[in-house]
Amino acid sequence: MKKILTPEEAVENIHDGAIIMAGGFMCCGQALRLADALLAKGSKDLTLITNDAGFPDGGMGKLIVAGRVKHLIASHIGLNPAAGQKMNSGEMRVDLVPQGTLVERIRCGGAGLGGFLTPTGVGTAVEEGKKKIKVDGRDYLLETPLKADFGFIKANVCDTMGNGFLAKSTKNFNIVMAMASQHTILETDRLVKRGELDPEQVNLPGVFINAIAHEGKK
Amino acid sequence: MSAAKDLKRERIARRIVRELPDNALVNLGIGMPTLVANYLPKDKTIFLHSENGFIGLGPHPEKGKEDKDIVNAGGAPVTIMPGGCFFDSALSFSIIRGGHVDVTVLGALEVDEEGNLANYMIPGKMVPGIGGAMDLVTGAKKVIIAMEHVNKYGAPKILKKCTLPLTAKKEVDIIVTDMAFIRVTQNGLVLEEIAEDTTVEEVVQNTGAKLVVHPKILEF
Repeated sequence: MKKILTPEEAVENIHDGAIIMAGGFMCCGQALRLADALLAKGSKDLTLITNDAGFPDGGMGKLIVAGRVKHLIASHIGLNPAAGQKMNSGEMRVDLVPQGTLVERIRCGGAGLGGFLTPTGVGTAVEEGKKKIKVDGRDYLLETPLKADFGFIKANVCDTMGNGFLAKSTKNFNIVMAMASQHTILETDRLVKRGELDPEQVNLPGVFINAIAHEGKK
Repeated sequence: MSAAKDLKRERIARRIVRELPDNALVNLGIGMPTLVANYLPKDKTIFLHSENGFIGLGPHPEKGKEDKDIVNAGGAPVTIMPGGCFFDSALSFSIIRGGHVDVTVLGALEVDEEGNLANYMIPGKMVPGIGGAMDLVTGAKKVIIAMEHVNKYGAPKILKKCTLPLTAKKEVDIIVTDMAFIRVTQNGLVLEEIAEDTTVEEVVQNTGAKLVVHPKILEF
């Protein structure tokens, strides 16, 4: 049985300067209520690890617009103009990571691996400062794991054990980020009792979840 | 956008469609490459891969029938075709890097004689980011570039050597523009086809790289 909190309660212990991973792809499958709660709480100096800078008026994108993120690690920032502006002005540090490398680095962080070798980025600016290793005649870059203090994960439905079902294209980064975060908060649209979710349908094991955020927690 | 420009974009898309084999898994980039989806042949089974986590990318839904849980790589509501499937991003990029995508079609800022591609940033100006592009060009079996032959200032986008930060080295196989169909080979860029409203001379004039003109030039 996991702690069941409101979104506001769930973000209460997040300190300024925290490293946060947020699942979602252009806000689809993002924990939007947790993002709003963190914005309302006034958290700042955050390091945000997420696929993209989202939209200016949606989810974690709002925190970027409000200047709460000092370091963004993402694969794409094009649809939130504030992200590019803050990057060019030096207000926010941005590390652009190829999407497949980003997700695999996070998977490594959650799976106890010391990194992985990828051909992606060889011969580009991405290889700067990285170890190049040849395997069977092909060059690979050594990419290291990524972890976070807090994970913002989104499910359509979960049970009180934290077992989640993430529908359709909302899975995206959520599953690996749930593994790679020290304290993983699962925001869910619907909360059911233990035993009500078919184990065959669970695509996010509750073992990774530390707290459940649900509006109607009582 | 002008009708003439629309027609040129349609021509690029229609030419690229002819390069897609039956049963291919194809990933289309944002922008012009997306148009390819409008002209997929009815007599072939072609599935589109959406990097955010599914195979079987379908058209935009009718107004009022959007499903917030199905979006494309640009975040716009889309549908999934019968026979499609969903997965997470780790699996999606295993499909891409692992060589399971047959063809990727991407836009470009610059392409050069060696098949190097620059399409993710203009330092100090445009910073959309890398997204899935680096993994796609590295992992897909065939890389097709869909772009206008020259930039908005009329300068060539096909160069001897790319000047912008590279997306990948030596991965481009085919370049299709509003003027030409060019194959990247060991012997350089081979001009195989030209658009029906241009000439070989005009294509050569608007190209910043050496073109090997195929002895039997076709029109498209």
